[in-house]
Amino acid sequence: MTSLLAKYAAKLAATGLIAPGDVLMAALDDELISALLLARPSGVYQAVMAELARQALADGSASITPGDCETRTFLHDLPVVDGLSAEGVVQALRQRKGCVILHKGEALVASFGTVSPEQAYVTMSSMCFACFVAYFAEHLRRARLGTLTPERRAAFSRVTALLPLDRGEIDGMPDLLPGPFESEDAAREAMIQAGRHTVEYGLVDSYFGNISYRLGDTILISQTGSSLDELGPCIDPCRLDGSSCAGITASSEYSAHKAVYEAEMAGAGARAILHGHPRFSVILSLDCERLDCPNLGECHRACDTPRAVVDDSCGLSVPIVPGEVGTGPFGLCNTLPPALNATTGGKRGAIVYGHGLFTLGAADFRDAFASLMDVEHFCRAEYFRRVAELGG
Amino acid sequence: MIGPDMFGWTGKILRVDLGTGAQDVLRLPEAVYHDYLGGKGLGGYLLRDCASLSTDDPALPLVLAVGPLTATIAPTSGRCHLTTRSPLTGAVADSSAGGRLGTELARAGWDAVMIVGRAERPIGIEIDDASVRLVDASALAGRDTAEIFTLLRERRKGGSIATTGPAADTGCLFASLIVDTHHAAGRCGLGRVAGQKNLKYLAVRGTGRRKVADLAGLKAAREDILRLTAASPVLLGQHGFSCFGTGSIFDLMDSRRMMPTDNFQRTRFPGAEKLNANAYKQRYQPHRHGCQGCHVLCKKIAADGRSMPEFETMSHFTALIGNTDLELVMRAGDLCNRLGLDTISAGATLACFREISGETLGGERVLELLTGMGTGMGPGAELAQGSAKYAASMGRPELSMSVKGLELPAYDPRGAYGLALAYATSARGGCHLRAYPISHEILRKPVATDRFSFSGKARIIKIAEDANAVVDSLIACKFLFFAASLEEYSRAYSAVTGVSATAQDLLLIGERIDYQERLMNAQNGFRAKDDDLPQRFFAEEGTSGPGLPIPPIPREDFLAARAAYYRIRGLTPDGLPTRETAKRLGLPWPQELESA
Repeated sequence: MTSLLAKYAAKLAATGLIAPGDVLMAALDDELISALLLARPSGVYQAVMAELARQALADGSASITPGDCETRTFLHDLPVVDGLSAEGVVQALRQRKGCVILHKGEALVASFGTVSPEQAYVTMSSMCFACFVAYFAEHLRRARLGTLTPERRAAFSRVTALLPLDRGEIDGMPDLLPGPFESEDAAREAMIQAGRHTVEYGLVDSYFGNISYRLGDTILISQTGSSLDELGPCIDPCRLDGSSCAGITASSEYSAHKAVYEAEMAGAGARAILHGHPRFSVILSLDCERLDCPNLGECHRACDTPRAVVDDSCGLSVPIVPGEVGTGPFGLCNTLPPALNATTGGKRGAIVYGHGLFTLGAADFRDAFASLMDVEHFCRAEYFRRVAELGG
Repeated sequence: MIGPDMFGWTGKILRVDLGTGAQDVLRLPEAVYHDYLGGKGLGGYLLRDCASLSTDDPALPLVLAVGPLTATIAPTSGRCHLTTRSPLTGAVADSSAGGRLGTELARAGWDAVMIVGRAERPIGIEIDDASVRLVDASALAGRDTAEIFTLLRERRKGGSIATTGPAADTGCLFASLIVDTHHAAGRCGLGRVAGQKNLKYLAVRGTGRRKVADLAGLKAAREDILRLTAASPVLLGQHGFSCFGTGSIFDLMDSRRMMPTDNFQRTRFPGAEKLNANAYKQRYQPHRHGCQGCHVLCKKIAADGRSMPEFETMSHFTALIGNTDLELVMRAGDLCNRLGLDTISAGATLACFREISGETLGGERVLELLTGMGTGMGPGAELAQGSAKYAASMGRPELSMSVKGLELPAYDPRGAYGLALAYATSARGGCHLRAYPISHEILRKPVATDRFSFSGKARIIKIAEDANAVVDSLIACKFLFFAASLEEYSRAYSAVTGVSATAQDLLLIGERIDYQERLMNAQNGFRAKDDDLPQRFFAEEGTSGPGLPIPPIPREDFLAARAAYYRIRGLTPDGLPTRETAKRLGLPWPQELESA
């Protein structure tokens, strides 16, 4: 148990969510709560969480309700506690998996797990992602509505100054294994490598995202709830003919991956899919000019407006589609495959509203990773261009 | 008392004495509902004062109870929970039944039906809303359940029917109740208790509606739950329960090398890949079917109308007894349903017989022995007492693969140590569903845990037992909790009842419900020696594979984990309840334990 606590504390620091040492994790074998986490987010995460928490307490809701897909599905909303007190935190954790504590102007995060410290880590990581997306999306929406105040603009400047640099700009593309891969071992090695780099480049939180490779009539795909930077044994081989259910532990997006490959086998023939949650790609997917749209509030499943991220300078055109996690009637398994299969050129990808970016690779993960990186790079620049254009 | 303006419950419990024909309505204090919810909790509450009665004592109640969520739009809430004392094990017996039974009972305005007494001849109870009739069912005695359903449906359209088969009449200790043709309250011999009361069937039709305090809140909770299930590969994925039924887990048990084979002598069955859910799907072209109020529809019905086997039936009627014929599994499963036999206990008892006798079981022989179990006549009749009594009678008690006398389901505990502990501590005996550690040890939900480690498992099992006690009391289906949690269902509960409760509040109720069962088991002499696994699992290896050793379970580690579990559960080192914990949970100390 102790090693698990140390592992997840280290992962929080490695991903930049906290400064080293700014987390307290505990697990008790004879008590009711299996693992408890209290952490001080750092940098931009500290800034956005503190701001959102202040807003939530000021408007009386005492709750942050981000619009991204993961929060809607798994966390629902984030309670906010005014001041660090055991009573307040316990009350909040009786309601939800984690909470934000505004203590002396500073944001803290508390979360817990009943099965493993990993749950507390995942919740903390997801909350940081959700608040980041919520803050920047809200700022752009306010800019569109013309409701930004001078104070808000000043705060936004302070927040953006804390943004980490784009890892892709610093280091360029990682050196990924060239394909096509003809053996399962080679494909697994490439998946493990690409998954690890996707996390290291900040293109997905460790726990989320998924990755797959088609090897003949088998799809190798990351397991549900696996960490992209720890894929080792967490890859399921799934036969396309459905003759085995051994893939019951495969990613919840297996249906979407399978549909994409089946169409690709009769078309362009892509063999790799990489799915991350790059932040500004997600934020831009939430931005819409139609402020009076009748589907407002239902965009994640009812948007019927063709939308895309387009960069004419390099021929980039990435469609944005609605869709929820998995296979329900509004599942992205219905919307993503046709959008992704319809893309052409060297950078093939599609963004699922409020969720993340799926990219294709012809023979390996080099194209897919480059697309993930380039789209996010463009979206980040495009976000600030739009904010500036709107006077934000 | 609960008044007519209450939400979630009606406050009405139907008590029927089959011996006198008397019917009356029990009304319990509102606090009882808040403290025990319904379903399993309410069933235990109604049983506990009679918990030490012999299982052939007419005064022993058989309770069918619904929960506050039943017959609402809360997903998978249409189930019914049955509770009594097991004639097979002597421990508390309970089982969750699908179909329409729970929904109809709730719509008829009843929170529970408590059946006591013994009729002079076979009796049916027919409930139409507030109207209750006792009907002579002599003509149905000895008939198989399929015939009974056909006959009853000729004059009762709609509603739900639960019936026993010949096994309940002839004394099989693992007789089940079959509900709406394709569903079962299978385990622990609940059907035998009905048989001892001469209760042949229960038919219910309800036309009312349950009152909901906050419909908008319930809809919001439902949306959250449905969204989570859509994100669950186990439930709604292409390889999951909705597409293939519970049999979809068969391949995983094969690849994880935890498929009980040859009476748990091995953990891998050669040729299993040809016996998987897809093989059944190709051969029998099943269609989806589900319990009332469920969108997953995990039940499958073959094109010829037979129920497709659940995972345990698939596994126990192949790997456990050395059979590779799919059609035999279909026939065996169908025969068990007709006779009213629990397929897990039936399959495991056959496997025990096979190992002791050394006999190779061909298809016709399997069917012959099952017929003997279910009719009490001919070969196989001696197996109707279950594997533990049979093995003991043969001088080989160690070859009954059971806990507390209840046969183990189709997950080998050498492949999942949390499961090993859960089997041992389950109040009803060898059962995977009370803590369901398969969820995290195999299916990675809510997160994956190390299946070959006891680290942290004592606490995990305790919390999961409490949570599942709540699930069986609300009521909901445990499968949904591969995706959702009490966080979402507590909101549904509050919305339906108007009672503010968090997941942690419900967990405390679950702890009370679980401890109530342990008090009853203690009254009946259960101790730490009963919270144990067959020796085989500590002495013999499973079937190891490349890079995947399946060693015996480390005995010392198991005992340490069990000791930790006792501490966390508030039990003595001998596994007995304490006055202190009972008091903390608001449970009365039983008279029978006064000297303890």
